[in-house]
Amino acid sequence: MTIHCEIVSQDRIVFQGDVDIVVLPGTDGEMGILPNHTPLLTTLNFGLIRVRQKGQEEVFTVAGGVAEVQPTIVTVLADAAENVAEIDVKRAEAARERAVKAMEEKSRDEQDSYLAIEAALRRSNLRLDAARRYRRSAQRPSRLGETDKGD
Amino acid sequence: MSSAREMRLRIGSVQNIAQVTRALEAVSASKVRKAIAAVEKTRPYATKAWQVLTHVAGQPGRNSLHPLLATRGEIRNALVLMISGDRGLAGAYNTNILRYTARNFDEYPVPVQYIAVGRKGRDLLIRRGKQLIADFSDIPAAPSFMDISAIGRLAVREFLAGKADEVHLVYTDFVTMLRQEPVTKKLLPLELGVEHKHVMRDQQGATAPAYIFEPAEQELLDEIIPRFTALQVYQAVLEAIASEHAARMVAMRNATENAVDLVAHLKLEYNKVRQQAITNDILDIVGGAEALS
Repeated sequence: MTIHCEIVSQDRIVFQGDVDIVVLPGTDGEMGILPNHTPLLTTLNFGLIRVRQKGQEEVFTVAGGVAEVQPTIVTVLADAAENVAEIDVKRAEAARERAVKAMEEKSRDEQDSYLAIEAALRRSNLRLDAARRYRRSAQRPSRLGETDKGD
Repeated sequence: MSSAREMRLRIGSVQNIAQVTRALEAVSASKVRKAIAAVEKTRPYATKAWQVLTHVAGQPGRNSLHPLLATRGEIRNALVLMISGDRGLAGAYNTNILRYTARNFDEYPVPVQYIAVGRKGRDLLIRRGKQLIADFSDIPAAPSFMDISAIGRLAVREFLAGKADEVHLVYTDFVTMLRQEPVTKKLLPLELGVEHKHVMRDQQGATAPAYIFEPAEQELLDEIIPRFTALQVYQAVLEAIASEHAARMVAMRNATENAVDLVAHLKLEYNKVRQQAITNDILDIVGGAEALS
């Protein structure tokens, strides 16, 4: 028994396939979705989506969004999402530095751009943490406990 | 027949036009490629979002679920969001969308107000004496969601304020390079597509049971419904941009071909005139020589 899972970000399909379980970072807490789940609609936090497929686990970062659960299908509409294996650590690192710098320069009066930069910073932090935790190639020691806060 | 000099001028100007239209065609060809890529990138998300919306709207008791989903018993006025181009020289692109709008809404049973996206559409609507409540011109060539979301927000606001009991979206759907079709979509309140009912039955063999909402229903719906509605507008704008460039490219290609044909025709005429003039000159000389001898 499997459940079909589709993760779609605003500019592409990140993942689709039949899986055994999907773990979502819901706004009210993490939830594991098994086949034949009752219909559910939830918003998502910054965090990680974990998908298990025949004992193999794939991890995706998600920067907020919405998930719709039907008994046979889980649809994740992410504001931004990517497979942890795809994360370019160097680029994420550079992006974080840019965001930190931009945040120091911007005054808090410019609400919109400030929020945009803050979101960018949260995204790159999320990516970096996820990469550290879930990739063997990551050089730094894992910093547990920081991932789910997202900021 | 016009003089050889006039014809030479005419040939020159037609050649210039061909050069300009050829350049415009090349520009549109590169723009259309980018626009298509943009549409296709966001299409899966928009389609899924629309599906989720229709699922939500298919819930029992949708009228009380969220004000944006509620159908109103009495429709007193409608709002039409028409998406056209900022610039002309795109063949029948702008007139087609306007004609389509007129066909659908000129004899609408209730008064219709318009929001125009694109300068050409705005001008055409004004010329026809339509009531315009907003105009969004000069949208960027590759708009981001942020650039467009204001349009959707305005439509939502008008609907919630009761100034419009229905909101329709009219835009040109990009089918292929050679085919773009004006379409209309009911944006608010949400209309259940036939396709959706089909999907739900296939999946469960019965109509959808009620959702569990997390966080609370109201909070969740307040967040996603306006955003997904704006997303539909965004997707429509992307489709329209791709259509506009494709239409312009085809129009310019036709114009170039016509200009080349015209030049060939004019050159033939010109050579005839020139030969005739030479023949006349020779006849004159021969005639003069004969008269002298």
